[in-house]
Amino acid sequence: MTLPASAPTPAAGAGRSLLDVQNLSMRFGGLLAVDNVTFEVRRGQIFAIIGPNGAGKTTVFNCVGGFYRPTTGAVTLDGQPIQHLPSHRIARLGLVRTFQNVRLFKTMTVVENLLISQHAQLEARLLPGLFKTPKYRRAETAALERAAFWLEKVGLLAVANREAGNLAYGQQRRLEIARCMITHPKLLMLDEPAAGLNPQETRDLDRLINELRAEHGVSVLLIEHDMSLVMGISDEILVVEYGRPIATGDPAAIRANPKVIKAYLGEE
Amino acid sequence: MPRTLIDALLAAVLTAVLLIPIFGLRIQVDGVNVALDRTPTPVVIAVVAVFLLRLFKRPLQRLWASWKVPGSWRANSATAALRQTAQHPRARQALWLLLLAVAVIWPFTVSRGAVDVMTLALIYVMLGLGLNIVVGFAGLLVLGYAAFYAVGAYAYAYLAQQFGLSFWLCLPIAGGLAALTGFLLGLPVLRLRGDYLAIVTLGFGEITRLLLNNLNFLTGGPDGIGGIPRPSLFGLEFGRRAKDGGATFHEFFGLDYSGDHAVIFMYLLGLALVLATLFVIDRLLRMPLGRAWEALREDEIACRSLGLNPTVIKLSALTLSAAFAGFAGAFFAARQGHINPESFTFIESAMVLAIVVLGGMGSQLGVVLAAIAITVLPELAREFNEYRMLAFGLVMVLMMMWRPQGLIPASRPPLTLPERAEAAR
Repeated sequence: MTLPASAPTPAAGAGRSLLDVQNLSMRFGGLLAVDNVTFEVRRGQIFAIIGPNGAGKTTVFNCVGGFYRPTTGAVTLDGQPIQHLPSHRIARLGLVRTFQNVRLFKTMTVVENLLISQHAQLEARLLPGLFKTPKYRRAETAALERAAFWLEKVGLLAVANREAGNLAYGQQRRLEIARCMITHPKLLMLDEPAAGLNPQETRDLDRLINELRAEHGVSVLLIEHDMSLVMGISDEILVVEYGRPIATGDPAAIRANPKVIKAYLGEE
Repeated sequence: MPRTLIDALLAAVLTAVLLIPIFGLRIQVDGVNVALDRTPTPVVIAVVAVFLLRLFKRPLQRLWASWKVPGSWRANSATAALRQTAQHPRARQALWLLLLAVAVIWPFTVSRGAVDVMTLALIYVMLGLGLNIVVGFAGLLVLGYAAFYAVGAYAYAYLAQQFGLSFWLCLPIAGGLAALTGFLLGLPVLRLRGDYLAIVTLGFGEITRLLLNNLNFLTGGPDGIGGIPRPSLFGLEFGRRAKDGGATFHEFFGLDYSGDHAVIFMYLLGLALVLATLFVIDRLLRMPLGRAWEALREDEIACRSLGLNPTVIKLSALTLSAAFAGFAGAFFAARQGHINPESFTFIESAMVLAIVVLGGMGSQLGVVLAAIAITVLPELAREFNEYRMLAFGLVMVLMMMWRPQGLIPASRPPLTLPERAEAAR
C-alpha cells in the first residue's frame, strides 16, 4: 500500500466543479429535514458534511444519490442535472456511496460482492453468458482481476471466498469501499465510514481515503462524526444543524467558527 | 406439575376438535343412502399420543438432549474418504455421470407405471427449478406459477390441434409465450414487494384458471383440449400405426410394437429437458445476471446504489422462470394427451412452491430431490392417499421448525482469483 511515484496527481482537472448542490430542501410531511442546503464539491476534493445527530446529513446523501426525490433544489454532477434520475442511473454516472449501517450482500462471498458492483461494466446479456463466448470469458476474467486488485488494496485477499456477512466489522467497511471503488466512480460518498472502527482502523481509513484520491483520482464526499478524521482529511467542511447549513470553510475556519462551537457545545 | 397437566389436557382437546371431522366421521354412500360412519379409534390414538407427549415434554426433551450421535458415525474413515472424493472435481464429475447413466438405464428395467410416475416427477423437477429462479434466487414470492405452466400446456395443445404443428416446433413457442406472459405480468406488478407481490400473483393464477374455464372457443372450457399428439423422434411416431404416410418407431427399428416404447421415450425426453434446464440455470447463476438476482434478494437498496436496475433484473428473473414453466407445460400436455383447467389450480402452484421450500431455496440439487420425493412418495403410499395433504402440512411445519433452510441448503462454490492481480488497473 505504498504510493507509486507515477501516480496521477490530484491536480489533474482539479478545481473544476464536480458536484453542485443548489438550494436543496427535503420535506417529510411537517418536518423540513433539509432546509436550503447549497454546496459544491470540486474535482479531487475531500468534502465533509458534519453536524449533530439528526441534522439531516444522511438525508442530503439520499437526495443527492437519488434515493429520495428532493422537494426543491437542483443537483448537478459534472454539468449534468441528476435530481430527477433514479438512483441506479446516478450510480452509473459515477456517483456511488456507502451506507451508515454497512449494506453488503451478506450471504454472498467477498469476491461476488465485488463482481456484482461491476455488473454495469460486464457482459450481462443472456446468450453470450449461456454459450460462454470468448468476449464473455475475457470480461469475466478481467472482472476477477479487478476484484483481486481491490481486495489486495484493502487487505481482504485472504478472505476472498468467505461470506461477506461473516467478516469483522472493519473488514466489512473496507469491502464496502472497495465495492464502490471498483466501479471507477467520479465521486465517492461515504456515510460515517469510521463509525464502529477502533483508533487504529480509523487511521488506516484516513490513509486509504487519501490514497484513493491520489491514485485513483476520486473525489470524496463524507459524513463523519469522528472529528480527528474529519479535521485531518477534509479540504472543506459543511456544518448543518436542524437541516440548515450554518457554516462552510476549511477545517481551521470551522474549528474557530463561533456558530459551530455553539451548535456542538451549546450556549455558554 | 398442574400447569403441565392443564397444558396437556388443552392440547388433547384441541387435537380431538381438529381430528374428529377429518378422521372420526366418514360419509358412507350406499346407493342413494348416505350414512355417517363413526370410527373413533384413530382419534383416540392421536388424542392419547398428544396428551402423553405434552405431559412428558420436559423429560423427553432432556432425554433427547442427552442422546448424542456417537462420534464414530461422523468421523470414521469411510465418511472422510467420501468427503474427500466429493470435493475432488474429477470424482464429482464421475459421480454425476454415474447418476446420469442410472437415470437413463433405469426405465428399461422397471414397470411401465413406475416410469410414468417418474416422468411426472420430472415435470415437477422442471417446475421446481423454474420457480426456484424467482423465489429462491431473486427472492420474489410468486404464488401463481401454475398460470405460466398452463400457458405452456395450452399453447402446445392448441397449436398442435389447430395447426398440426409438431412438438419440437411448439416447445420453444410454448416457452416463449409463457415468458411473454411473465414479462407482461411483471411490468406493472414487480414494483410491489413481498406479500403484495404474492397476493397479486395469486390473483393472476386464479384469473388464468378462470379464463381457461370460460374462453370456450380457445381453450375448450372446462372440458379442455383432448387428442393432443405425442412428440415424435425425428419424425418417427410411437403409435401402433403411423398417421398419413409417416413412419413408426417400431417399424423403423424392426421391433415388435409395444406401448412401453412411448412411455420410455417420454421419460427420456423429460430427462433431457430437465438436464437442459439444470444446465441453463447453472450457467445463469454464474453469470452477471444470476449474481444480480441473488444480490437483489440480499439488498435492493445496495443494488441500486451500485448502478443495478432492479426492475430489469426482477423482470428477467420472472420472464426466464415463466419460460421454464412453459416448457414444462408443453411437455405435460404432450404426456397427458388431454388437458383441462383442473390441472392448473392453486394447489399446483402451492405444490411447486412447497418443492422449492422443502428442497432449500436457491439449491438446485435440493429442489430436484424434493420434487421427486413429493411426486413419488404419494404413489408409493397409495393407501394413505386420503391423509396426503395432512402429511404434507405436517412435513412443512416440521421443516420450518427444524430445517428452515431446506433439505440441502444452497452452497456457494469458491472462485479462484487470477494470480497476476497487478495486471488490472
